[in-house]
Formats: sequence, C-alpha cells, structure tokens
Amino acid sequence: MHNKSLSELASDLKSSAYSSVELTQYFLDRIHQHQPSLNAFITIMDEQALAMAKVADEQIATGSAGALTGIPMAHKDIFCTDGVRTSAGSKMLDNFIAPYNATVVEKLNAAGMPILGKTNMDEFAMGSSNENSFYGRVKNPWDLERVPGGSSGGSATAVAARLAPVATGTDTGGSIRQPASLTGITGIKPTYGRVSRFGMIAYASSLDQGGVFGTSATDCALVLEAMSGFDEKDSTSSEQAVGDFSATLNNSLQGLKIGLPKEYFKEGLDSGVAKVIDEAIAEYKKMGAEIIEISLPNSHLAIPAYYVIAPAECSSNLSRLDGVRYGYRCENPENLQDHYMRSRGEAFGNEVKRRIMVGTYALSAGYYDAYYLKAQKIRRLISEDFKQAFEKVDVIMGPVAPNTAFKIGEKSDDPISMYLSDIYTIAVNLAGLPGMSIPAGQADNLPVGLQLIGNYFDEAKMLNIAHQYQQVTNHHQQMPTAFESTASNKGEA
Amino acid sequence: MSLSTEEVKKISLLARLAISDEEAQQYSESLSEIFDLVAQMNAVDTSGIEPMAHPQDISQRLREDVVTASNEREKFQSIAPATEKGLYLIPQVIE
Repeated sequence: MHNKSLSELASDLKSSAYSSVELTQYFLDRIHQHQPSLNAFITIMDEQALAMAKVADEQIATGSAGALTGIPMAHKDIFCTDGVRTSAGSKMLDNFIAPYNATVVEKLNAAGMPILGKTNMDEFAMGSSNENSFYGRVKNPWDLERVPGGSSGGSATAVAARLAPVATGTDTGGSIRQPASLTGITGIKPTYGRVSRFGMIAYASSLDQGGVFGTSATDCALVLEAMSGFDEKDSTSSEQAVGDFSATLNNSLQGLKIGLPKEYFKEGLDSGVAKVIDEAIAEYKKMGAEIIEISLPNSHLAIPAYYVIAPAECSSNLSRLDGVRYGYRCENPENLQDHYMRSRGEAFGNEVKRRIMVGTYALSAGYYDAYYLKAQKIRRLISEDFKQAFEKVDVIMGPVAPNTAFKIGEKSDDPISMYLSDIYTIAVNLAGLPGMSIPAGQADNLPVGLQLIGNYFDEAKMLNIAHQYQQVTNHHQQMPTAFESTASNKGEA
Repeated sequence: MSLSTEEVKKISLLARLAISDEEAQQYSESLSEIFDLVAQMNAVDTSGIEPMAHPQDISQRLREDVVTASNEREKFQSIAPATEKGLYLIPQVIE
C-alpha cells in the first residue's frame, strides 16, 4: 500500500477498497514503527489526522471528493499549522502553537489531505544535513549512519521510507533538491513566487520557496498544483496562472534541448555520481533529446553571494524572535537587553547564531555596500548567465550534489565544507528559477539525484521531462528494503 | 579576513545574542573563514551592474489601506510568555 501512487490510492479510496481512516492509520502505524530509528517527525498528529480522514471519507461517500481527498501527507515543521506546535526545529519555538494556517496548509487541507504530522528539519531551515535540529538528527533510511541531507531532511526521509506518500518542504539554497537526491526521491522547488510564503517561517525571504517531495513526478505534479497560486497575503506571490501540471506529463521529448553546464562537471564532483548523471543524460538522448554544452561562468560566485544575502535576510527575519510575544523567554532577566540577549542566546542553536552574526556584520554601518549590495550585483550576474543559457536550451541538467549522503558528524564541525555541499543548487535560488531532483541510480549503494533546472514558471515542462524519464527507468521505485514491513496493530488496511 | 573575539562580541551585542567567551573564540574562527569565502566576490568588477533584489524584478505590490484581518488578540496572547490586562509584559524599562 505504501508503494502506490497518489492516483492509485485515490482510485482505491473511491472504490472503497479501504477508507481514508484506514489508509491514514496505516501510515501512522508506519511512522510510529520507524520513528525511533529515523526521527523523521517532530510532531505526530494521530488524532487530527484521523479526524481529517473521517471528514474525507464523508466527502468520498457523498461524491464531493477531489483528486487528493483522503490521501494523507506530512508537512515540514516550518509551515504554520493552526493549533499545532510549529517549531522550525528550534528550541525558540518549542512552545509555539501556531494561531493560524500557512496558505500551503490551508490549500492542502482544502484538497482533503489529512496531516500525519510535522517533519523534522534543520533549525530555521539552516543546514544541509539535518544535524542542526533541536529535536535531534534525522537518519537516512538507506544507511542509518548517514545524513538525509537538509534542511527538509525529515520530509525527505519520511517519503523515502514510505512513511508518508508525499510531504512538503522548503528550499532556500537546495533544501528540497539536496535531501531528495540523498534519499532517492523526487523533489521539486518551483519558481520563486509560485507557492505562497504566508505562514512559512521565514529564513531568507528573497530566496525561500515551498515545494514538495514524492516518489514520482506524477505525484509531485498533483500536489504542487494544489499548493500553487497567487496569494494576496504574500507580497512576492506571483499572479501568473498556475495551469494543469498533469496534462502535459506524457508529451514527447523529441527535439528537447538539454543544456549541460560545463562548470557542474568539473573537479569536486564524485566520479560515481558523475557516472550516474552521464547515464541519465544518455537515457534522455535515447528519447530524442539534443545535448548542448553551455556555460554558467559566474556559478563559482553563487556560494559567496548566498552567504551574504541569506544571512543578511535571516538576521533581519529572526530579529522578530525576541521572547516577548511568543517563543522562548529566559528566566529572570535583569533588564530588557538581558532579556533579549539571553532569550535568543539560550534558544538559538550554533548554526543559526553563526548566520545571524554573519548577516548582522554584513548589514552593519559602513559594510552594506561591500557585502549586501555587492552580493546583489553578483546575483544579477548569476541570473544573467541562466537567462543567456535559456535562449539556447529548454532545460538545464546536472548533478544535485557533488557526493552521495555523507556520514553523520563528517561535516558538522566544518561549516564551509557543509556549505559546499549545496554548490550546484544555490545559484537556482539566487536566480529564482524552478529546480528539481529525480532519482537517477546509485553510487556505492546510495541514491544519486539528477537535477533539472527550468526557465521561469516552466514547472509543467520540468514535470513532463521528469515523468518521461520515470517511464523508461525504475530508479524512482527503489526503496530501502529495511523499511518494507509494516508492524500494524490495526490489521492490514 | 580575521575577526577578533572582541569584534565578535560586538557583533553579538548588535544581534542581541548572548554568547560565552568560549563561543566568541569559536565564532571568531568560523566567521573569519566565512568572510574569506565571501571575499571571492571582490575579484569581480561589478561597476555599472544593477543590484538584484527580487528574482523577477517585480516591485512591491500595493493594496488599499483597508481593514482586512479580524482582531485575534486573545488567541495570539494565549501563546505569549507573559501578559497582563491584554498587554505583553517585558522587564521594567523606566525607573
């Protein structure tokens, strides 16, 4: 049951093969069974999930169900969920019960998808390994000694181990694509402005974008479409019409122009990963695609520019966390300054403090031009590189990450080496383009993702390109065998 | 670039983050490394290039100044660390 597609689940629900309550209970059982080993969830929402499933069953019975009604899912714990703790993986918000729903949650609730729980993540989405969570590390289901990637590592692990059919994530510098790659699933970050940021706890507002993880492009198409759209509550939300992401999945790729940036295949890329990517490109050639070498000459500047822009925006965004209106407050402050300093000092983790300080310095008097403004100019250069490339090609492909999943602890004491694991993903956020990771095979028994970078608002085309690959390969159907079994206490649903 | 522990302490005060002397020492090392990485930007001549603040160069959308949200003070204050008579409490500021 946990290997069925969303449309198979929807059709089973419609034909009463099982109810949404039974299906939801089945995934809750799997979550509880594997939580001790994977730690993918921060909050498991048994009661609310089953209550939502009951409502979905009534809608199915009365014929008012949509394509997703009754199919349970998980949300990254960065999306505010009314009446439920929304922690962003931080001690700062451990006691924060969100008083409203994020637009993404609102939309997927309206689509009838019961919420199984809130998934673990790097604190305030800052990290590439899910080692920075107040709630403990998340393990990669392919190898429990390895990281699942980050920052949406909980959502990625939940889908990879089939604890949830789909899950939301957010991507500021690679936080959907990199964990999707490292756990062998499909993940898409749409164009900046496609999915509302309202109620999505902010890290770097000009880069943050919500998206989705699933086991196939078809499943991602259904959920991404339901999440997308203009929202007046998000001042950078796009008014561009969403369209039907599923309608063009079967389009032929004959004559498709694929750009391969030579900068993404240079030294630093693991040879095992490179081999898998080459094979995937060869597969596209067989489908009639044309391969064109392109150059993104400023791509080496993406990480330096990102580590000014993202920390600067985070130091501003996280200044709202002052222990006055919500969140953690220190004991017995001597005065207001002591209150601010200790509440924040005691509640933020190491990496969050580091980025707040980098940003504070970069924005401090006398340094703005040298850092933030300079980085925004570099951002323009990086964006122009992509613009020129898209005059020649329809889609850009390459690796998502330079390596497969690394060992827990391997990079946690070395921030720079951790930052470099996002070397192929960050430029996409700076340009605001849509990006995707699809499973393309394995290197040393660990999953490798192929990255697809599309032009602005080309989500439907990217999903089509991904789907066609998944029609002729079965990498996306592989799951870690240790998580095949379900210890159900309610019987096989 | 090298940031001293004194400079880190100054930044942590600006950022309102209490950090120990030991942490200040660690941050002086890692922040210096990060600013070394960032310094790669200096090799690029960016004169005449327009800074990019928004991926699609869209300007801020404006709306009419009308009341849209309802007053939910009680719900919002129910999660506050300390309130009294509908007000948020902070340590005394004026003697």
